[in-house]
Amino acid sequence: MLKDSDRIFQNIYGLKDTSLAGAKAIGDWDGTKKLITKGREWIVDEMKASGLRGRGGAGFGTGMKWSFMPKDSGGRPVFLVINADEGEPGTCKDREILRNEPHKLVEGALLASVGIGAGAAYVYVRGEFFREAEALQRAIDEAYAAGLIGKDACGSGYDFDMYVQLGAGAYICGEESALLQSLEGKKGQPRLKPPFPANVGLYGCPTTVNNVESIAVAPTILRRGAEWFSGFGRENNTGTKLFCISGHVNTPCTVEETMGISLKELIDTHAGGVRGGWDSLKAVIPGGSSTPMIPKAMCETAVMDFDGLKELGTGLGTAAVIVMDQSTDLIRAITRLSRFYSHESCGQCTPCREGTGWMWRMMERMADGNMTVDEIDLLEEVSRQIEGHTICALGDAAAWPIQGLIRHFRNEIEQRIVDRNIIKKAAAGAAA
Amino acid sequence: MSTHTMTDSQPAQFAFSPENKKRVKELIAKYPNGKQASAVMPLLDLAQRQNNGWLPRAAMDHVAGVLGMPPIRVYEVATFYTMYNLAPIGEHHVQVCTNLPCWLRDSDAVVGACKKKLGIGFGETTDDGKFTLSEVECLGACVNAPMMMINDDFYEDLNADTTEAILDELSKGGTPKPGPQNSRKGCEPEGGPTTLKAKKGSK
Repeated sequence: MLKDSDRIFQNIYGLKDTSLAGAKAIGDWDGTKKLITKGREWIVDEMKASGLRGRGGAGFGTGMKWSFMPKDSGGRPVFLVINADEGEPGTCKDREILRNEPHKLVEGALLASVGIGAGAAYVYVRGEFFREAEALQRAIDEAYAAGLIGKDACGSGYDFDMYVQLGAGAYICGEESALLQSLEGKKGQPRLKPPFPANVGLYGCPTTVNNVESIAVAPTILRRGAEWFSGFGRENNTGTKLFCISGHVNTPCTVEETMGISLKELIDTHAGGVRGGWDSLKAVIPGGSSTPMIPKAMCETAVMDFDGLKELGTGLGTAAVIVMDQSTDLIRAITRLSRFYSHESCGQCTPCREGTGWMWRMMERMADGNMTVDEIDLLEEVSRQIEGHTICALGDAAAWPIQGLIRHFRNEIEQRIVDRNIIKKAAAGAAA
Repeated sequence: MSTHTMTDSQPAQFAFSPENKKRVKELIAKYPNGKQASAVMPLLDLAQRQNNGWLPRAAMDHVAGVLGMPPIRVYEVATFYTMYNLAPIGEHHVQVCTNLPCWLRDSDAVVGACKKKLGIGFGETTDDGKFTLSEVECLGACVNAPMMMINDDFYEDLNADTTEAILDELSKGGTPKPGPQNSRKGCEPEGGPTTLKAKKGSK
């Protein structure tokens, strides 16, 4: 288990003072000026060396992303945009940073902006996180008043402004280019890439979009050093991470642990174990609703990092672990997710707009056992035609949970079809 | 896709109150010169709050005028995002999450308690105009499931009894305490954290 002194988020539960004074007491804003004066290149190199991979789901190297920003923006302003549009079912870690550790995000935004040459940061917070946005705004106001941000931030000579923008209930705005569209006052429909935001982002200017957690861990990494951070986890999967454990466990919670912790240890140590004991486990969705589920047999040895879960045909995603015990109707569970993706499709690409609705209707029939065995294959095949054929990854995200269900629990689907046919036959016999 | 259309019965006019006019200026000032269209979402939210929680077409037109945007661009935004209510709504907007993590923790019981207590179904408003009940997608409090949102506040770790108690309190004009309805403070494990166990008396 990770030592408490090695946890970045010392107040993730909000049990201590969340104001600037409280944040300083747990080490935030300590020597920030010194970090800024070490310069842009040092910051980017240190982040690269730490091995931090983006915490929003895709897992792209944060330092690498920062290094893509043009050194000369041609006179255009440069922006940092922070993605706080947390809405992937199972995921609720950024919420805790926003309300309990907002100063880590403000300090991280400043340091990241120095790293990419940005003069301003916008934090796009999902509309439902109204109270969390208030908490963040309080922290920003405190930081301005203390001279930590604004003109001559921390007395370093660097000018930096930070703003909060609220969304209004669209999951798709968690996709970075949809988020930029929304921030510009448009419908949240993803943009074609290229061009990438590093060249053409917010208002057509160079922009980096990062997840809340990626930015909030940056100050501690820079203070304690890349080597300290990369000392946790395995190569290519370094550091510590916030895990959200929900569903059928005794004590659901969010907790910071080392990357590469085993799924079993994570659940048993922090979430009070599976409801009814480990043996009543049926399946786990390891990284938020988009990642395919894995059956109990795989859960026994699953390692919670990017590569460990990739080997099992699933993904770390946002590290939102959804636990389902033997009482769960897995087909119903995935049907609910299909309905979600159908609801959240932005409607721009035909395979997703039409496909997510079609898959949901198929899943409803599957949950009732009202389909033929051939149609299982049809559904699988159509899901492959949606996957990879849309502008953004929502189409993929809608397809993967269904593919995971069919891959691991096809017997259960077929059994349901058989059961329904037996009942139908019996009813027909009784009527005759 | 979610479909979202304007209601037939619309007021003829809308204008920001003097107080909100000041707020509009502050909101527009967050964005670079010439990029005031970025303020469309905050302005629509402000208009909705001024107009008892729903957004009439006149308000969209007013916002379009303030920002110098073609009205159609504002309609597009207002009908795309689900948090803009395009028809009158109850004083308390009860939004129950039924997505997977909440469903696994028996959000059905929360839904049942709401329907029973309020005597309405999803998408309906009580006759006295006090409550509107909605089913919503994941609100991002999954380790505190099941949960519901009422206006700007989250109510978490619910069961049928605590759900009814919250609705009772609101009916009586009270203000129920938001957050977890069991012994938790936030997202720590129930019964106390497994990590960061602060020593007594320390900050």
